[in-house]
Amino acid sequence: MERIKKEIEPKSNEIVVDMEDVRLGFGEKIVLKRVNLKLKRGENLVILGRSGQGKSVAIKCIVGMLTQDEGSVKVFGDEVSEKNETELKELRTRIGFLFQSGALYDSMSVRENLEFPLTRVLRMREQDELDKNVDEVLEAVGLKDAIDKMPSDLSGGMRKRVGLARTLIVKPEIMLYDEPTTGLDPITSREISELIMQMQKKYKTSSIIITHDMECARITADRILVLDNGEFIAEGSYKELESSDKKIVRSFFK
Amino acid sequence: MAEQEVSGWKKWVEESGEQVNFLGAFFRNVFTGGFEWNEFVRQCYQIGYRSFTLVGITSFIMGVVLTLQSRPTLVKFGANSMLPLMVSVSIIREIGPVITALICAGKISSGIGAELGSMKVTEQIDAMEVSGANPMQYLVVTRILATTLMIPLLTLLGDAIGLFGSFLAVNISDHMSWMLYFNKCLKAISFSDLLPAFTKTIFFGFAIGFIGCYKGFNSNKGTESVGIAANSAVVNASLWIFFLDVVAVQLSQILFY
Repeated sequence: MERIKKEIEPKSNEIVVDMEDVRLGFGEKIVLKRVNLKLKRGENLVILGRSGQGKSVAIKCIVGMLTQDEGSVKVFGDEVSEKNETELKELRTRIGFLFQSGALYDSMSVRENLEFPLTRVLRMREQDELDKNVDEVLEAVGLKDAIDKMPSDLSGGMRKRVGLARTLIVKPEIMLYDEPTTGLDPITSREISELIMQMQKKYKTSSIIITHDMECARITADRILVLDNGEFIAEGSYKELESSDKKIVRSFFK
Repeated sequence: MAEQEVSGWKKWVEESGEQVNFLGAFFRNVFTGGFEWNEFVRQCYQIGYRSFTLVGITSFIMGVVLTLQSRPTLVKFGANSMLPLMVSVSIIREIGPVITALICAGKISSGIGAELGSMKVTEQIDAMEVSGANPMQYLVVTRILATTLMIPLLTLLGDAIGLFGSFLAVNISDHMSWMLYFNKCLKAISFSDLLPAFTKTIFFGFAIGFIGCYKGFNSNKGTESVGIAANSAVVNASLWIFFLDVVAVQLSQILFY
């Protein structure tokens, strides 16, 4: 895994995601108090935090699914909340979002799930071209044999892999992973974490990974941020945070 | 108590506003490019063909029962030859459209509500949205247009089957030929019976699709909300069918009679 990490292009200083003093609440409950986050091109940033601390909310602001009450969220230098519907759609084609459940479309086979973003987002029409892209991405996630299966026939790990394939098929520049290994056994979790690294190498993406899984964090993170009570309380590499003087940060590594 | 009433009204007004927004989004998406023809055809098959058996059986029974129930009264007045006339006008003007729409509200609107509700819960709609695809166009426009097209067709088929059921019921106690029965039926029905009846089924179809999609698309997270979405889709669609029927009857009274 270290070898894969080294093979990935060196991080540039270009900031692709920049969240500044983001505050967001639902009714009287303030979920994000003051969130500051910068993601560099080619970087893998892991966000750790207990459940209900606003990790998913933070990444949903990046794709414009939620709009912050205060502060700014800039992606590729442009403020997300100022984009109109068309601009937002365009931005979303450059960002991949892997949901916790994989979020495969139940009524479609694996092939149709993968063709969906190609035909709707990239407006690809030629069947040869569609087949080529589908085959390529399925081979990358090691599920070529599952092409005609329905999501209900797949295991949890396979669903995540297909979800990852569907996200990567449009070749996004930024990948957002919402708890990619939750609910999986340790072996499959490790496989998914390694797959994330392989995909980053292959597709040269910048990633934000939300996880509770420390093995996933260890394998994938260039940098880790710890979110607690609506703000980031610690930042550093896996090794640095392992010996943090903050008890709450250390508690994740036990 | 007063506060609860205010909150109830506020919620109702808010939801009405949301429904108007949803309606606006539907029309905007109908007239923007990229219509999902394949999904539309699939939905027409699901909604039309898959509901045909249920609508057919119900309409047949309805025709039989209506004839058997009406016959004794008409016989009392020596008017049993008027039976085809009475049954055909009842079925075509009112019973056929309303019963078909109510059956479809139970089957289709709840199905759409549950399907979209579970897609919402499992983040499939969110996934569609963040991928840059248009869930409104793929999921909502196709379903609403499919119900708007298929409910009138199902009603026409249901009416025909209902009349056939009535013909069989007439022949249980009397003898009337097929040709004579349908001649009597067709003589009884005028354009002013057919047009309003057919027109209102278009609105019934729209209401069934719209309510199902709205409830499913806006369901909360959690598995319980899937059931709630399906249930409230049926209840609301049924109420809308009755409301639209009253309006349609009033309008047709003004325009045609």
